[in-house]
Amino acid sequence: MVVKAEELAKKQREIGVAEFFARNRHLLGFDNKSKALLTTIKEAVDNALDACEEASILPEIQVQIIDLGKDRYRILIEDNGPGIVQKQIPKIFAKLLYGSKFHSMKQSRGQQGIGISAAVMYGQMTTGKPAKIVSRISENHPAHLFELHINTQKNKEEIVRTEELSEWYKDHGTTIEIELEASYKLGRQSVDEYLKQTSITNPHATIIYTNPKAEQLLFPRVTEKLPKEPKETKPHPYGVEIGTMIKMLKYSDAKTLQSFLSKEFTRVGTGTSKTICENAALLPKTKPGKMSREQVDQLMQGIKHTKLMNPPTDCVSPINEELFEKGVRRVVNAEFYTSTTRHPSVYRGNPFVVEAAIAYGGSQPKDKSAVLLRFANRVPLQYQQSAGAIAKAVTDTSWRNYGLSQSQNSLPVGPLTIAVHVASVWVPFTSESKEAIANYDEITKEIKLAVQECGRKLGQYVHKKKRVGLELKKRSYIEKYIPHVADALKDLLELTPDQVNNVKLMLESTLENTRGKIVEVKFDKSKNEEFDETFAKIGKEDVSKKEESEIVKDEKKSLQERQTVLGEGKGLE
Amino acid sequence: MKETIPQKLKEFAKGIYQDIIGKQSPKLIIPLRSLSNVTYNEEEGYFKIQNKTKERTLTASTVKTFAQTLRMMNLSKELVQSHDIATKREAYYVSKNWGESRFSEQPESDAVMDDIEAMMRVNREQIGFIPEEKGGAVAGSLTVIDVDQETKKELRIDCTKFGSGAYSVPSSVEHLKFETKAKFVLAIETSGMFERLNKHKYWRKSNCILISLGGVPTRACRRFIRRMSDDCNLPVFVFTDGDPYGFLNIYRTLKVGSGNAAHINEYFCVPNAKFIGITPQDIIDYKLPTHPLKEVDIKRIKDGIKNDPFVKHHKQWQKALKQQVQMKVRAEQQALAKHGLNFVSSDYLPKKLKDSSTWLP
Repeated sequence: MVVKAEELAKKQREIGVAEFFARNRHLLGFDNKSKALLTTIKEAVDNALDACEEASILPEIQVQIIDLGKDRYRILIEDNGPGIVQKQIPKIFAKLLYGSKFHSMKQSRGQQGIGISAAVMYGQMTTGKPAKIVSRISENHPAHLFELHINTQKNKEEIVRTEELSEWYKDHGTTIEIELEASYKLGRQSVDEYLKQTSITNPHATIIYTNPKAEQLLFPRVTEKLPKEPKETKPHPYGVEIGTMIKMLKYSDAKTLQSFLSKEFTRVGTGTSKTICENAALLPKTKPGKMSREQVDQLMQGIKHTKLMNPPTDCVSPINEELFEKGVRRVVNAEFYTSTTRHPSVYRGNPFVVEAAIAYGGSQPKDKSAVLLRFANRVPLQYQQSAGAIAKAVTDTSWRNYGLSQSQNSLPVGPLTIAVHVASVWVPFTSESKEAIANYDEITKEIKLAVQECGRKLGQYVHKKKRVGLELKKRSYIEKYIPHVADALKDLLELTPDQVNNVKLMLESTLENTRGKIVEVKFDKSKNEEFDETFAKIGKEDVSKKEESEIVKDEKKSLQERQTVLGEGKGLE
Repeated sequence: MKETIPQKLKEFAKGIYQDIIGKQSPKLIIPLRSLSNVTYNEEEGYFKIQNKTKERTLTASTVKTFAQTLRMMNLSKELVQSHDIATKREAYYVSKNWGESRFSEQPESDAVMDDIEAMMRVNREQIGFIPEEKGGAVAGSLTVIDVDQETKKELRIDCTKFGSGAYSVPSSVEHLKFETKAKFVLAIETSGMFERLNKHKYWRKSNCILISLGGVPTRACRRFIRRMSDDCNLPVFVFTDGDPYGFLNIYRTLKVGSGNAAHINEYFCVPNAKFIGITPQDIIDYKLPTHPLKEVDIKRIKDGIKNDPFVKHHKQWQKALKQQVQMKVRAEQQALAKHGLNFVSSDYLPKKLKDSSTWLP
């Protein structure tokens, strides 16, 4: 037995983080070639946007995909951000779980510091080529070029080549170039769609995109206003788990438990700190570094039994309903829009804000499921469409109340786009690949409330539209059958043509009088000034010629569909 | 009477015309035709219509039916003026000339026709429309006096001389006259039973007139029996299956009329009719083979006990219906064949006809 164990021991060794992820690339969003392309671009763009916002720079990001043939692509992402200091470049791009955001309590796109290095690793594994990074922090500094590999066993950066560039075309910013095995597709889960959706939730960013066909697409910013910079915040005691608590206690500089609590947490002052200690039956003077496991348990209980203020919400920066709606207007040409931004709320000590926008009618198909756009911290979620809190909240909402059809536990059917954005200092994703938001009751409830708020306004519109439609139908009914009434009377009473005409006129006026006046309006495609047709088409799969002609027909039809809105006439029947 | 129909229709149309000219919404006031709008009392002997009406004001949602009603009135006027007739089906097809106001299904045109009939308080035939279905089959010692349509001469029809066939009741019977020496009329639900009794000349044996109803009797059939019974002073006995359809649809309609034809029940009823069988008690007395009552049968009976003014008036019927619900079975006329094919004519009918205590009112 001993021999066997020793034999086994030879095989037992630490598994490198990088090695683990290399073998489980699906956990990071590299399950297949087309998803790998999206994930790589997404990680780079998300980082670029985060960097620009942190430095209060209006982002201008270039994305380029170059088709090298045989499923190989080179991607280039360039930003005008603050740049990265020379020393940090290799670690940021070639070491997993290295980053600034994991430990900070602040709303940002990136969280774990895995994404971009995982992309570098994926490129390296599929092509053997290093990633190339150039970054410069100001015009007074030189730019630095790095070609990087990751040592997957040690999760350590390896510099293949580095160079100081005295000349570079940008004062500050970063470019990253990765070659990878990938496949380029259009559709809901495409890069194009990602960029389009990103521009919905990032109206302050300009994105210049060159697709593999070397066509350049521009997503211009629609506002010059940077989003309010989210404040960094300390953790709230309610959101901290015991493991984190132990770690925090161990590394804290605080000498006493009381000062530890007030120093490391938000919403805990000296007084509150003392109350927590009392509730935990611990001495305020207990040394944080020397607390036993049992004592930490007591502390957790103490926190639970102390009433604390909710965390401050200025650490969350929503898009705001107006801009969110504007973004949706750009991509969906509808007749009716509404949006809402909820008040901040808290799950497990983490503040978060939910926003929702709805676009109804117009040129959207009437007989298909609604389109659901999901966003977390301004990042579009394109995979696992039906998973997570947003999908659950939307499918749980009873859309029939708002005049739409819906089968149980599914999206409503109708000409509808629903966009939901969840912003938080820590968005609880269901996995590292950040595809769906975990189903916390507090979050799901807030999403539902936001969606319902929009839904109610939508319902009013839909019902009104239906009423008006019915009214129109009735009116045409009147017009249709009045001559028949007159004709029959003519035959019965042998009326003269004048008398017949008189009957028609009188009947018309009598019937019209019992109904309200109508004001005519129609769905006017050009009315939505924000709508950008080429923009809306981005990411959509190529439609065949036949389908195209059908679409044209549909659009003509919807134009013909005259809609009227009731004026201040009497009520409807 | 026929001359007044076009005038009546015109007057009606004039009212509507004047409403329209006077900028009033014209209204059609139609007597409500349902069991809830009839009463029954034994002296009068039929379901008498009450004053409940439905109003059809001309609005967007009624304009189509309104136009159709006027069109139909005009068709009626033309028919009567030209001494022509149209079947319900034909009237429906005539409407296909009316453009947008055509009927899409015959039940729609039938309903409009019934409305006009009720508004005019006349019989459908008087406004020129006749039903598709025939009356019934008649056999026995009866002479029907009809008029030859071409020669306008009297036609005497001897109902004993149809051999294995029978005289067929026409759709319009007002002009007929009758001569008979029979003692009573026996109305039979099924043509199968009629055939059997006719084949064995039961009408001769018991000196009666046989008439097959063929389910719920048509108006013509009801009127024929009524006129025969009135003119010749004959009692009428009704012989149906022992089930709620036989009691409540066939017999009750024959005797007192229906809710749907409430406005004309006065003419289309046979108040002196008596029900001789098959009663629920017969099922027991004659140990008849039975079928279980279906859910709908039981519902029909309970509904009858609760809502049918005729049943509500007659304790005996209530008792019989309750008895049947308890028995949970029904029996057909043919079930009598259990005791021999001709048991019905040799034993059952003679015995039943003799003993009025086994009848139902």
